[in-house]
Amino acid sequence: MTRTDLETLEQPARRRMLQAGAVFALSLQFGGLVSKAAAAEVGKKYGGAAMPGGVVDDPLVFVSIARDGTVTIVAHRAEMGTGVRTSLPMVVADEMEADWSRVKIVQADANEARYGSQNVDGSRSMRHFLAPMRRVGASARHMLEAAAAAQWKVPAAEVQARNHEVIHAASGRRLSYGDLAEAAMRQPVPKGDQLRLKQPDAFRYIGKGRIMPADSRDIAQGKATYGIDVRLPGMLYAVIARPPVHGGKLRKVDSTDALKVPGVLRVIELKGFDGPPLFNPVGGVAVVATNTWAAMQGRAALKPEWADGANSSYDSTAFRRTLEAAVQAFRRTLEAAVHRPGKALRNDGDAVAALSAAGGQRKVSAEYYIPHLAHASMETPVATARFIDGKCEIWAPSQAPQGALESVAKHIGLDARDVTLHLTLLGGGFGRKSMADFISEAALVSKAMDGKPVKLQWTRDDDIRHDYYHTVSVERMESVLDARGKPTAWLHRSAAPTIASTFQVGAQGKAPFEAGMTAINIPFQIPSIRLESADVPPHTRIGWFRSVSNIPHAFAVQSFVAELAHQARRDPKDYLLELIGPPRKIDPATLSDSWNYNESPDVYPLDTGRMRRVIEEAARKANWGRKLPKGHGLGIAMAYSFVTYVATVVEVAVDAKGQITIPRVDVAIDCGPQVNPERIRSQVEGGCVMGISLAMLGEISFKDGRVQQSNFHDFEILRSHMAPRAIHTWMVGGDFGVPPGGVGEPPVPPVAPALCNAIFAATGARIRSLPIRDQLSQA
Amino acid sequence: MTTININGQVHEVDFSPDTPLLWTLRDALGFTGTKFGCGMALCGACTVHVDGQPVRSCVTPISAIGTKRVRTIESMDADHVGRAVQDAWVELGVAQCGYCQAGQIMTATALLKANPKPSDEQIVAGMSGNLCRCGTYTRINAAVKLASSRLAANKTGAKA
Repeated sequence: MTRTDLETLEQPARRRMLQAGAVFALSLQFGGLVSKAAAAEVGKKYGGAAMPGGVVDDPLVFVSIARDGTVTIVAHRAEMGTGVRTSLPMVVADEMEADWSRVKIVQADANEARYGSQNVDGSRSMRHFLAPMRRVGASARHMLEAAAAAQWKVPAAEVQARNHEVIHAASGRRLSYGDLAEAAMRQPVPKGDQLRLKQPDAFRYIGKGRIMPADSRDIAQGKATYGIDVRLPGMLYAVIARPPVHGGKLRKVDSTDALKVPGVLRVIELKGFDGPPLFNPVGGVAVVATNTWAAMQGRAALKPEWADGANSSYDSTAFRRTLEAAVQAFRRTLEAAVHRPGKALRNDGDAVAALSAAGGQRKVSAEYYIPHLAHASMETPVATARFIDGKCEIWAPSQAPQGALESVAKHIGLDARDVTLHLTLLGGGFGRKSMADFISEAALVSKAMDGKPVKLQWTRDDDIRHDYYHTVSVERMESVLDARGKPTAWLHRSAAPTIASTFQVGAQGKAPFEAGMTAINIPFQIPSIRLESADVPPHTRIGWFRSVSNIPHAFAVQSFVAELAHQARRDPKDYLLELIGPPRKIDPATLSDSWNYNESPDVYPLDTGRMRRVIEEAARKANWGRKLPKGHGLGIAMAYSFVTYVATVVEVAVDAKGQITIPRVDVAIDCGPQVNPERIRSQVEGGCVMGISLAMLGEISFKDGRVQQSNFHDFEILRSHMAPRAIHTWMVGGDFGVPPGGVGEPPVPPVAPALCNAIFAATGARIRSLPIRDQLSQA
Repeated sequence: MTTININGQVHEVDFSPDTPLLWTLRDALGFTGTKFGCGMALCGACTVHVDGQPVRSCVTPISAIGTKRVRTIESMDADHVGRAVQDAWVELGVAQCGYCQAGQIMTATALLKANPKPSDEQIVAGMSGNLCRCGTYTRINAAVKLASSRLAANKTGAKA
């Protein structure tokens, strides 16, 4: 989620992203109470068509056939673990009746003009490219059939492509794809209305889950090429010492000792940039050496002096109090006065009046806190660049290749056409590798080294200390229950620095795409619902982390529903279903959600029937309500994110010392059609682990403007012994008549609230502040 | 010059003796299957075998290797336990991004050589030094189990 969501609000030219100001003026303009008319903009584009790169479905771009019958399919999106490098070519192969064992996948370079959007964040690969890739495959199939029909001089309708050959049933003649290769590619590309897509019951690979990721064997043998694995003749190695405080600058550096380290070749001062962070490098001092270790030793020997700047007093403990003050109901503290009052982003009925009039015993309120988080992909940021004849060539793991290419071009003063970006495998991304700062650094250092090839390596402490962090948030929830325990009002006050601040100085309050993540678009049947967003400033670079604002919002909303159920003495699952109400399709605009993941409200209405089904399925499969051993508890939570519906039931076991283990997790997911069920399962499993990891352990804190963590000993991520022993994925829906939803991110949001709801069921302790760590053993 | 034996071949490298084996493998010798993750022996991505023992190559200077034999992921398909582990990994679709998996496979292979029939608890404990940010732990456990049962069923070491 991302610049493109911000950008696509009104389709400004891509380059304006880098100028940023104009783009964010738009997003802020929408930051107020959104009128329902806003969603009815005439001619508004949605989905893949609304992405800056759009979609391309030309078979000649994606498919080529060799005389030996090998079908080569371009994977235009880079692989970061979701399986798209396999799954999208698999869709093409299925529609074109190609035999998967004779398909070769080639990775595209960055080139959105040729391939369409290559941006792999926002859980959009299958959502935006299932239909275009089906058209690519169907077009290729028609062209093969037309070529065979022409050769046999029979009507095209009499021939049929089947499993790598075209058959004329009447005469029993057959031609292999290899035989037809050249003639087929000379056939005219069928127009859209001439395409016959396969019926789902004719799919060979789609929906079957039998195709394993294409890179599996290479990965297992250590042969796969990630960003870190790029090697060029004469390549040098570099690391950078960066300003320890966001916005800080290098004052001066003594590099005498660094230059004495054997293998160190040069020390280069890099300037930082004023204005919004964008994807700009932050400056500092690069050390270039003949190998990575020498560069690291050289950096350790530098004596830099930094001017820390305006964020040098950032203290995350103090900032938490600022956030808490910002969400306080009717308090006019000095602190609150510093910050502008919260804007109402949604206001159905009159929640404030209902809460003011309510007696104390029926009022329920709670505040939830989630700190900054780091992405910590196992492969740290890394990129390799070189210059030849005034042109720059780069190899990098990028989630946003086109944006990276343009950002690099800006920094090195070349036209984007003179920059080539080859995409490697990504050793994890989770949003971090959408930001191209590290890629531009590689290009800048190579340029300073007269264009010699340079691999720019981030160490783990670079990664932990110079991330674009998940925001820090306080979510205050208030409600009033009537005599039967039903809420009559729902007030959600949220305070969190916005991602928009990464693109525009001074941006505060939720952008529409942040509000639209499980905060504004709750479909609960409550007469008065109000969402407020407080204006709070950022003191570091805020970025998108797998599932983004859904993490704090779902944690607050789904925890609070369970808290209300407890107050009402009701079963939390039944209570959640009751709040959602009967199955119906809701125009998100009627919930004041102008965004809806930038998908059409007609094609992707919010469907409470699908919400109910995932909740019911997860509960049934987890045997909700079953008798549990002492110290065990079940918790449930549901989130609608990236136009996919997920409900999660966590079984937790808490021992006498407050140690937590997770015997089992059941997840029901309805992402529409299940193109590669096997990879959907793997994403659900991984999303569960990441959700538990952030809930149990995740925290980046700041003191004196400096990140206090540096590696996996103090920024811990979940290890094997803390992971759930079993994760069961239950597929719901799957009709190919339903538009596809996202898969990579949606499993994450329900995990933390389901876990904390389970802990409450097991122990009676309500965790509202993450990470959980040893809170139970202290109690 | 330092002489080291990698996957049965002797190599000479002119890196300073304090250079970790990890960066020597990667930068000097091109064995890029061994990955950098943390540089502090916290994540296991850089695991190799030194005289059969799993070792974190990011904190092991080449001066400490001497005449010991280093085995990396690149040689595991020629090792009957390593090959069985790799096969189980592929069959169960363990990898997501895959970056940490070479280290996972090296740890799992060493585990199965030391304990051919580990219990579930022993697998979890044995693998808990290797981090995976994609969260593939349940499949890792299942793959170790699968490799163990395949090896037990076929003690001749023929390919599973």
